Amino acid sequence: MLQYTLKRILLVIPVVVFISVIVFYIIQLPPGDYVSNYAAEMSVAGEVFTQEDMDAMRADLGLDRPVYEQYFIWIKDIVVHGDFGFSFNYNKPVLAVIEQYMGLTLTVSLVTMAFQYLVAIPIGIYCAVKQYSIGDYFFSGLSFLGMATPHFLMAVILMFLSYTWFGDPLLGLFSAEYVNAEWSMAKMIDLAKHMVIPVIVIGLSGTADLIRVMRGQMLDELNKPNVVTARAKGLSERKILFKYPTRAALNPIVSTFGWSLTSIFTGSTITAIVLNLPIQGPVMFNALLGQDMYLAGTWLLFMALLTVLGTLISDILLAWLDPKIRTEFRGT
Amino acid sequence: MKLLPVFGKSTVVKPAGSNDVNYSSQWRLMYLRFKKHKLARVSLFVLALLYMGALFAQFLAPYGLQNYDSKYVNAPPMKLRFVDAEGKFHIRPFVYELKSARDPETMRKIFTSDTEKRYPLQFFVKGESYKFLGLVPATTRLIGVEVPGRIFLLGTDALGRDLLSRILLGSQVSLSIPLVGVGISFVLGLIIGGVSGYFGGWLDSVIQRIIEIIRSFPTLPLWMALSAAIPPRIPVVRMYIYIVIIFAFIEWTGLARVVRGKFISLKNEDYVVAAKIAGVGDAKIIVKHLLPGFISYLVVATTLAIPGMILAETAMSFLGLGIRSPATSWGVLLQEAQQIDNIALYPWKIIPLGTVILTVLTFNFLGDGLRDAADPYKR
Amino acid sequence: MTAEAVQTQQPLLRVRDLKIRIQMDNGVMNAVDGVDFEIRKGKTLGLVGESGCGKSLTSRALLSINPKECETSGTVAYLSSSEPGAAGKPLNLLSLDPNGRQIRSIRGRKIAMIFQEPMTAFSPMYTIGNQITEAILIHRTRNKKEAKKIALEMLSKVGISDQEKRFDQYPHEFSGGMRQRAMISMALSCNPELLIADEPTTALDVTIQAQVLELMKTLQQEFGMAILLVTHDLGIIAEMCDEVAVMYLGKIVEQAPVKEIFHNPKHPYTKGLLRSMPRLGGNKSKRLDSIEGAVPIPVNMPPMCGFYERCKDRMEGICNAQSVPATQISGSHTVRCFLYSDQHGGE
Repeated sequence: MLQYTLKRILLVIPVVVFISVIVFYIIQLPPGDYVSNYAAEMSVAGEVFTQEDMDAMRADLGLDRPVYEQYFIWIKDIVVHGDFGFSFNYNKPVLAVIEQYMGLTLTVSLVTMAFQYLVAIPIGIYCAVKQYSIGDYFFSGLSFLGMATPHFLMAVILMFLSYTWFGDPLLGLFSAEYVNAEWSMAKMIDLAKHMVIPVIVIGLSGTADLIRVMRGQMLDELNKPNVVTARAKGLSERKILFKYPTRAALNPIVSTFGWSLTSIFTGSTITAIVLNLPIQGPVMFNALLGQDMYLAGTWLLFMALLTVLGTLISDILLAWLDPKIRTEFRGT
Repeated sequence: MKLLPVFGKSTVVKPAGSNDVNYSSQWRLMYLRFKKHKLARVSLFVLALLYMGALFAQFLAPYGLQNYDSKYVNAPPMKLRFVDAEGKFHIRPFVYELKSARDPETMRKIFTSDTEKRYPLQFFVKGESYKFLGLVPATTRLIGVEVPGRIFLLGTDALGRDLLSRILLGSQVSLSIPLVGVGISFVLGLIIGGVSGYFGGWLDSVIQRIIEIIRSFPTLPLWMALSAAIPPRIPVVRMYIYIVIIFAFIEWTGLARVVRGKFISLKNEDYVVAAKIAGVGDAKIIVKHLLPGFISYLVVATTLAIPGMILAETAMSFLGLGIRSPATSWGVLLQEAQQIDNIALYPWKIIPLGTVILTVLTFNFLGDGLRDAADPYKR
Repeated sequence: MTAEAVQTQQPLLRVRDLKIRIQMDNGVMNAVDGVDFEIRKGKTLGLVGESGCGKSLTSRALLSINPKECETSGTVAYLSSSEPGAAGKPLNLLSLDPNGRQIRSIRGRKIAMIFQEPMTAFSPMYTIGNQITEAILIHRTRNKKEAKKIALEMLSKVGISDQEKRFDQYPHEFSGGMRQRAMISMALSCNPELLIADEPTTALDVTIQAQVLELMKTLQQEFGMAILLVTHDLGIIAEMCDEVAVMYLGKIVEQAPVKEIFHNPKHPYTKGLLRSMPRLGGNKSKRLDSIEGAVPIPVNMPPMCGFYERCKDRMEGICNAQSVPATQISGSHTVRCFLYSDQHGGE
């Protein structure tokens, strides 16, 4: 098992190196660079930027060097100093920017993930056991709708409903009076209230997907002979349900854990923009548009890494959960 | 020990002339099972309607893409009426002209029906010129009212443009991008996945690593990054091509994996090995023996990939990274639905959401129906 | 053993007019259509027939473990001797709530079952030991250590060596024959009065088949249980059974002691079956006989003999005009065929 894990991790390294090259290439793709963007912005504000000013600024930021040199400097700093570069927009190191938003990003993501599994698994089981019942049709219909509605609009609609019902669209993650306040019970409650809409919106498509997967798996498992065997042994229906079909059906579900966290991380971007959430997505999106290249690059790299790690975690979980694979490692 | 005789496999003699499903071809079987799937059949019908709408959008839409009227900014949908203000019944439906006024309390502009000015609905009216199916110059439009009357069956947007027309014209982009994108990725996936699976060896390893790397990029940020790289002021057609290519570039990897997996499992089947030993060429083996074995799965996988693309296109346009003005798509139309006040004051602006949901749902149902039909082990 | 001796044995399970109907898209399927039989203490009844004749459904109906889609009617009277208080008083198993406590205390404890596919009948997620002790923990003891001891003992009884190690292994680490042995040990772990074996050796190699059958016979003698053996294999019937019921299209067409069936078959279907059986020392150049035609699907069947289409001795206007009553040939031999019916005077 350990050997398998190590081997998988080693295989990740070349992929990551390759990804970093592509990432750097992609962030170079948009026409112009940070300096020209900045100059354009400044000229709107009435300040005139001469060519010399721009060249000086480029030299200052290291943008005058050839692209491959910029890349190697960036990678060298990451590997040697753990320095991911400098964010031009925020005027501080990329890591500091990421750190600032990481806590809330993780909170939202993890809560969303918990929401997805806690809602989807019981509903999936219910729909399979009561196949073709009214409840089954209801939840199946709901999950189809959930998959068909664009995230951002769902967010707007929920905000609208919240506004008409409670008089507060619950924008952002905190009410104005708590944004800069110390952590307290009241602030926690305020945060929890504001998290309802983002969690539902971000988790919706994942939940809908999981319900359908869980239902399908359960239906397969419920028809397996081992259920009849268990029944013939004299087990109660309830015990059979949880011990045999549910356990087996959970296998593929649990193995989506790693992958699911990644998709929540990235999937939250648009929702976060609409709901004005102070998390990674919008910050990085603006970096991408504004050619704040190191911030955007680090973010892309980080996302790719997360995807690779997610797949890795999923594979390992699957191997660990499946007795067939697990027993192969027995004694090694 | 003595022989254990086994019976039970008695010879089955087929009664002559019976139309037994056991003897039907793969496609006929699929068709028979698909026919049973009511929801999928209805979905296919709805999709056909939607695509017909897109094809004939210029003819169906009362107004063209560039048409706007500052007099009718954010006008609500007009009601088609049969009975006028005096209670008289008209066999031909009509609309009243909209009269704008200011709400005395909020000072907001509101529209009321001007019952003095009645415009009967007319069919096959002369309108702005356009090119029918993009080829034949034409001016006839399906519905309209006599000038200077206006008809806004679904209301107007912030520039006074008819929403119905824009939804129809937008569907040309929103419905074709996923189709073209999926079509390209279908071909790419088939060829690359096929080569990878059939020939194997180092070629397979290289292709697999490439796919792995592309797939390890999270889709959304990659879309964003690539879309951000498209220069903002380029012709609509080129913009469209770029977007399609971006979608196809990400999507083909999934299909290639399906194809590769099927190729690998099928190429060791006895009948394929037999064909090889008999000296049949690679191309013929692929076309005659391998493709029929899994093409149905591929069709299903492709159908199920479309909804994702529709949603992605909507999201990209919504962020301003997709199709841009003057062209339109459903995502562009929904940009106006971004603010809550817009939804609160002009709720008709959410209508394009309905068409998005309808399309995605019907594609999902269709895909489900096809999958059930393609899987011989499902009931 | 003579036919009369079999008759005098005390019955353990008496099945009367068992019917299973399944609602289909195109009508109602009478999958099991009025089946009567008795299982006697310590004896083996063979239920033989082609696939799809309803024999598996019949065997599962005894424990009410068929899917809900199967509407079951009739009586399955269980006459337990060891049930305290209720001794001698028959209990209709079909009248019990299929998920209730009472039927569950009989499943696995009084009547146990083994299945055709030992791979899929075990769950791949749990160890063999876990799945064997499960039944013991429900019915015999709440003590896990004791349950394990019983399970290990059973494993050794069915000829599995190195039980301690085997106990903690998963089904996929067992060979097919081993799995079926484990299945038998699981079924017998609560010392049942009746073992229902649904095609227990069909999925196994021929040599393993013989070993497993031998094992079942030995254990039957040791535990004194009755067996209902469901199979399509006449060879197994000849080797294992005391009595045979031949099933065709949801009905028992002929029922007799095993020797009667093989030496004096009456029903054209039984005769056909026997002719299609290869025999040692038979004429090698002669092709085996087979029964023409396929089993019809019993949906919306008119009242007639189900074998009519394939029967060589069919009598038009009689066999296809009404349902066939059972005729008693001798004390223990009944057949469902107009050839032997008094009304139409065949023989």
